[in-house]
Amino acid sequence: MTGNPLVEVRDLAKVFDVSPPWLNRVVERKPKLFVHAVDGISFAIERGKTLALVGESGCGKSTVARLLVGLYPPTAGSVSFDGVDTAQTLVGSGALALRRRMQMIFQDPYASLNPRWKVLDIVGEALREHGLISNEDELKARVADLLQSVGLVAADRDKFPHQFSGGQRQRISIARALATEPEFLVCDEPTSALDVSVQAQVLNIMKDLQRSRGLTYLFISHNLAVVRHVADQVGVMYLGRLVELADKANLFARPRHPYTRMLLDAIPDIHMTGRARTPVQGEVPNPLNPPSGCSFHPRCPLANERCKVERPALQQFQGIQVACHAVIEGRD
Amino acid sequence: MTTPLLEVRHLKVEFPTRRGTLLALDDISFDIAAGEILGVVGESGAGKSLTGAAIIGLLDPPGRIASGEILLEGRRIDNLPYEQMRKIRGRQIGAIFQDPLTSLNPLYTVGRQLTETITTHLPLNQAQARTRAIELLEQTGIPAAAQRIDQFPHQFSGGMRQRVVIALALAASPKLIVADEPTTALDVSIQAQIISLLKSICKEQGAAVMLVTHDMGVIAETCDRVAVLYAGRIAEIGPVAEVIHRPAHPYTAGLMGSIPAMDEDRERLLQIDGSMPRLNAIPRGCAYNPRCPQVFERCRVERPELAQVGLTRAACWLHAEVAA
Repeated sequence: MTGNPLVEVRDLAKVFDVSPPWLNRVVERKPKLFVHAVDGISFAIERGKTLALVGESGCGKSTVARLLVGLYPPTAGSVSFDGVDTAQTLVGSGALALRRRMQMIFQDPYASLNPRWKVLDIVGEALREHGLISNEDELKARVADLLQSVGLVAADRDKFPHQFSGGQRQRISIARALATEPEFLVCDEPTSALDVSVQAQVLNIMKDLQRSRGLTYLFISHNLAVVRHVADQVGVMYLGRLVELADKANLFARPRHPYTRMLLDAIPDIHMTGRARTPVQGEVPNPLNPPSGCSFHPRCPLANERCKVERPALQQFQGIQVACHAVIEGRD
Repeated sequence: MTTPLLEVRHLKVEFPTRRGTLLALDDISFDIAAGEILGVVGESGAGKSLTGAAIIGLLDPPGRIASGEILLEGRRIDNLPYEQMRKIRGRQIGAIFQDPLTSLNPLYTVGRQLTETITTHLPLNQAQARTRAIELLEQTGIPAAAQRIDQFPHQFSGGMRQRVVIALALAASPKLIVADEPTTALDVSIQAQIISLLKSICKEQGAAVMLVTHDMGVIAETCDRVAVLYAGRIAEIGPVAEVIHRPAHPYTAGLMGSIPAMDEDRERLLQIDGSMPRLNAIPRGCAYNPRCPQVFERCRVERPELAQVGLTRAACWLHAEVAA
């Protein structure tokens, strides 16, 4: 890592209280319950690069996205954006200026656009809010530019979201996110709700925009093939922790962590017709009651006694970062 | 050639609406042989699920079969009365749906749902049905089946629920299973387990499968043949390896190119511009012509029919021109 990264996350953690209501706790003597949705993760994203987070449902990837843009306050740890701590800035006077610099694209383009607003208002909301335009004509011109930059036409600003297909709606959300000319975009599964051909359109636009505007992305996905296409660096999450963090070439050529290998093995490959897969046994454990030691050990083919009791920390290993006793000890 | 297990002949499904009748499936024909796995792919709205629903006789009104026939072992099943179809459904055709949570009744134990299906279709008493239910759960890889049979669906995880749904579909050893996006709601690691389970069980029981999915990867690993649907018509149908490696229809080629591959680096993905036409605005000629990179005059006026192209059959004028 050289230079100073745009986004730096240190020991970030988020705990949700999912306890039953007070009365049930008292009457039925139920204990308080906590979910460690994100459990101490650290990473940095350099300017103009893409970090992808992958993992299965419930591994905490979306929580990380929300923590980064400040939709959730962190329980512990810090997020620093361009050298300033976001948790403090977002409650202070600099909040508006900071929010302008980072935006988010959500998964479901049907739920993330207000159906009663015209595209002009959806895309223009941030422009008005941040005082980036002085009059309505300027607003219209800016929105037209934004729509054109994502492959829509200026006339689309007078339509409502229901007049667009899924892929077009996702482009409207991208245009909305770009309105404030942010430097950092958090994309939470931006293409999961789309058909493959439309997914290709959206991914291409995102890459073009990154090149032309020098954007930095945090890209959340469960689809490793998509991640391989867009990312520079990949972080693999399992039950709220990063188990492997490596640059793309390394991760796909030589996956180290047994969970990463399992994920890669599980991808159906269109070019290997009839290939016999070795499906991994077991499922993601209940995050309310994670296993002791390494949380992957019940499913891990390399697990031994140490893995059951001692939790491995993410550490440098031959140019990548991995959290696995077996890999560090050379048992793989 | 022997009679195929399932024959679909010129199937048309329509939805009457106030503004005219929408043709959702337009002249679909294909066969499935016994023990064969046929994949059906396409984008949302192509008519994949509708084809499955028409075969199992569960079209949602006002949707209805306008013309064409569906034959199971040479016998027409598309025009059977409801009660007769109900006996075939489950006994001879099993169904697996996308969301395992909504296809199980949350108020009944898994065992009760299984035994109900078994006793409806097979001449077994309660005790025998229960034994059979436990066998089925074991077969689908549910650990401690004898205990778990008395649990409710919410006590199972997503992958386990889908195993229960598979067990339900297999309860009466049907000859054909219609699986509509069976793995879409599941995580990748679970998806791999379910696919290999489905594949091995169907092989053991000799059941044919119609696998509806939008995931080309799943098709490539599972199916023998694949039908690519576009705007309610079959664009291409043929052996999986042929269709994937030498797609004859430009739509298939575009679909394949738009999937990010694991084994090659591309700066940009091949993209198909535009989106699938709505049912009330299907273009004249070939429905794919406004998006097709190789479009020419004939495509805009005349609709291509499926024709043999090498080992596959494709509905595209490009090949007719070459042949002529």
